[in-house]
Amino acid sequence: MTTRDTPRLELTGITKRFPGVLANDHVGFAVQPGEIHALLGENGAGKSTLVKMIYGIMQPDAGEIRWNGQPITVASPKAARRLGIGMVFQHFSLFEAMTVLENIALGMDAKIPARELEAKILDVMKHYGLKLEPRRIVSTLSVGERQRIEIVRALLLNPKLLIMDEPTSVLTPQEVDQLFVVLRKLAAEGCSILYISHKLHEIKALCDTATILRGGKLVDTCNPKVETSRSMAEKMIGGSLKDIQRQPGVQFGAEKLVISDLSIPAAGHFGTALKGIGFTVHAGEIFGIAGVAGNGQNDLLLALSGEVLSARPEAVTVDGKPIGLHAAKARRLFGMATVPEERNGHAAVPVFSLADNAILTARDRLGLAKSGMIRAGAAWTYADEVIEAFAVKATGPQAMAESLSGGNLQKYIMGREILQKPAVLVVSQPTWGVDAGAAAAIHQALVDLAAKGSAIVVISQDLDELLALCDTLAVINEGRLSKPMQVAGADIEEIGLLMGGIHGDAQATAAAKEALVHAH
Amino acid sequence: MHIKLEKRPAPSVAMMVLTPVLSVLLTTLIGVVVFDFLGVDGFGAVRDIFLTPILASYKWQDVAVKAAPLVIIALGLSVGNRAQVWNIGAEGQYIIGALFAAGVGIAAGDMGGPIVVLAMVLAGILGGALWAAVPALLKTRWDVNEILSSLMLTYVAGQVLGYLVGGPWKDPNGRNFPATAPLHDNQVLPIVFPGTTVHLGVIVALILPFAFWWLMARSMFGFQVRVVGAAPQAARHGGFDTKQTIWLALVISGAMAGLAGAFEFTGALHAINLGFPSGYGFTAIIVSFLGRLNPIGCLIAGIVLAITYVGGQVAQTTVHIPSSTAGIFQAMMLFLILASDIFIRYRIRFVTRRPQAAAVAGE
Repeated sequence: MTTRDTPRLELTGITKRFPGVLANDHVGFAVQPGEIHALLGENGAGKSTLVKMIYGIMQPDAGEIRWNGQPITVASPKAARRLGIGMVFQHFSLFEAMTVLENIALGMDAKIPARELEAKILDVMKHYGLKLEPRRIVSTLSVGERQRIEIVRALLLNPKLLIMDEPTSVLTPQEVDQLFVVLRKLAAEGCSILYISHKLHEIKALCDTATILRGGKLVDTCNPKVETSRSMAEKMIGGSLKDIQRQPGVQFGAEKLVISDLSIPAAGHFGTALKGIGFTVHAGEIFGIAGVAGNGQNDLLLALSGEVLSARPEAVTVDGKPIGLHAAKARRLFGMATVPEERNGHAAVPVFSLADNAILTARDRLGLAKSGMIRAGAAWTYADEVIEAFAVKATGPQAMAESLSGGNLQKYIMGREILQKPAVLVVSQPTWGVDAGAAAAIHQALVDLAAKGSAIVVISQDLDELLALCDTLAVINEGRLSKPMQVAGADIEEIGLLMGGIHGDAQATAAAKEALVHAH
Repeated sequence: MHIKLEKRPAPSVAMMVLTPVLSVLLTTLIGVVVFDFLGVDGFGAVRDIFLTPILASYKWQDVAVKAAPLVIIALGLSVGNRAQVWNIGAEGQYIIGALFAAGVGIAAGDMGGPIVVLAMVLAGILGGALWAAVPALLKTRWDVNEILSSLMLTYVAGQVLGYLVGGPWKDPNGRNFPATAPLHDNQVLPIVFPGTTVHLGVIVALILPFAFWWLMARSMFGFQVRVVGAAPQAARHGGFDTKQTIWLALVISGAMAGLAGAFEFTGALHAINLGFPSGYGFTAIIVSFLGRLNPIGCLIAGIVLAITYVGGQVAQTTVHIPSSTAGIFQAMMLFLILASDIFIRYRIRFVTRRPQAAAVAGE
């Protein structure tokens, strides 16, 4: 990396206004050839808007974009790709029922014969050590493999700048390491990388420069190798970061949630069968379930929430009461609250107000409906209470759920369940796509709820999160749950191997072992 | 310069109200141009179809009587449409509702009076609900598409009607025409304003929209229907039964169509012949969407569509175009209203592109 060269990309005074929000306010920074440049910021800080303008999805209201020193207008993503700008989005746009090859072919601007394309793909994969089978159907692939499709798709265009939006949010430690190898190789070949994330230790490990945004404004451009994770996080949230406050040496109470021999056949083509799952969570205990995406986490959540019923009543018991045959509504009355991983359309109705979304899951426990009628006033008050208690940034209970940023909606959903004082709370991916400030608040709320005597189950692919938060941990793999282990003094290598035993792939297991040796 | 669709931060209430109005206006405009082009007096046609029924007070009663079934059927359909349950067979449920009412009337023989008329109307509701229960059963048990099953049952209902009025229920004094005997005076729905054709069903059609508004906005049932329609997965998560919602949505829309059929029979026509199915069940689909699935909107839209029905008959005699021309206008309205839906969530922006960072004025 040489800073004396003309920057590959230079932004000056970029401003973008949306109705009611100034998303970017005179933002400027430069990315050098071959530089890995981090773009840091909380949700709603304006990172996405900024990269959308670089990638030509939107146009800035004011300011200048220079590409290799030349002022340019990026009219469309197609124009961006012609310039040599590639982007890998956080949410993949892949057709589940089609093969890797077909998916890549569909995303190409130029029509290339299939055989030629396949040769090119194999070439790119070999060059960067990306493992993929072009003929595999996408629905059979893990999240990490799906991301590789998107990366290959971008690399086929020989990009000069690759934008990666939160690429590691759903990857295992091993997959993250593999990704970093690819990115470093790309950078060494002169491709610039704009890396959006809020996982600060990754940015420290990978990036040369970090630009920090807050509230649409540029806060700082710094060297992440010199900064600490904490100092960057504090710049990002504009305040001091709170650690999780826990009372040490707490004794667990009675058994709250007992799952015994829970087996459920796979739902549809893309579901995973649950096989003989059993675990116990006590009052005050936070129980973590680790695992690579697509190993039955979602199926487990549905089986616990009551959206899918068990075969036997005793498969799920709360406070000693068998509720395996009860559906979601009845389970809530027994004190079982759940937060599924998908916020939009599962945990919340996007086109409903926050008050109406309170009615969705809190109506029976809190009496937000009485004799078949909605108590709109009570729902409004409760929504307001949640907004207040969890510092949700929203215009009020009348705000549509879809108008909130991901982190704020997640805080609202967590708050909606926690303030119902559930006996058992099961959450899946509680901080997925959520910024550091909101994640800390959510973690603290879970710890506080446990301290009040609730049993908590956290299903997450983020191992760091589970290790920081949980008392007990088990790993889910192909619908089977491992034996629980104490987090204090847990054998990280064993956890990694249990997670890495993915699809019985010997190579992946070996890679997992190696990665963990490095981690030690 | 180029045109750009931009997502609004919140759905526009103004557009929700404005787009149906604009759709009607645009329909009339297109009508004038197209008919002139075809060599017909376009302005005259549009005037007679859309304005004469409003301006000529003697046409008001016709509009009211035609609006009643449209409004009642559309109210029921709106419940289903909100839950993303598409009942296309209201016409069939309307026919069966009328036949059930006729069956009770025939069974009552010479008896009449309020009790018998009430029994006939209730039988109509039951008949419509039962006819709609068939697609509900097929949908919830075997996942059969309700659009197809409800539509096909409309033709079955037509055949049932043909069999009954041409066979067992044929009027013995009807010169062998396939029609039921006219109702006795003591079995007809009372007329509200003497000397007009405005029957009690019209009054019910005026009250029902408010009852439905209350049901959809304030009750848990309305909430359930809205959740299932807006986010089925969230509805399951919230503990709402999707199958139960499908059942209720179809049965309620069927019951309303049946009620409309019973009213039309006992209030307006007093006999059932082969011409009884006049397309109200299909037109009500347009009413439901033109009214934005809102019960009060359905009331207004029902009146607008009734105007085109009456106006179509006027235009037939004045500018000599077939009365089915009204159908073209109705279809055009539906087309425009569905097309303009996008303006509720998006707005059009005219963007001037300049080589350098284009400055676009914000809000």
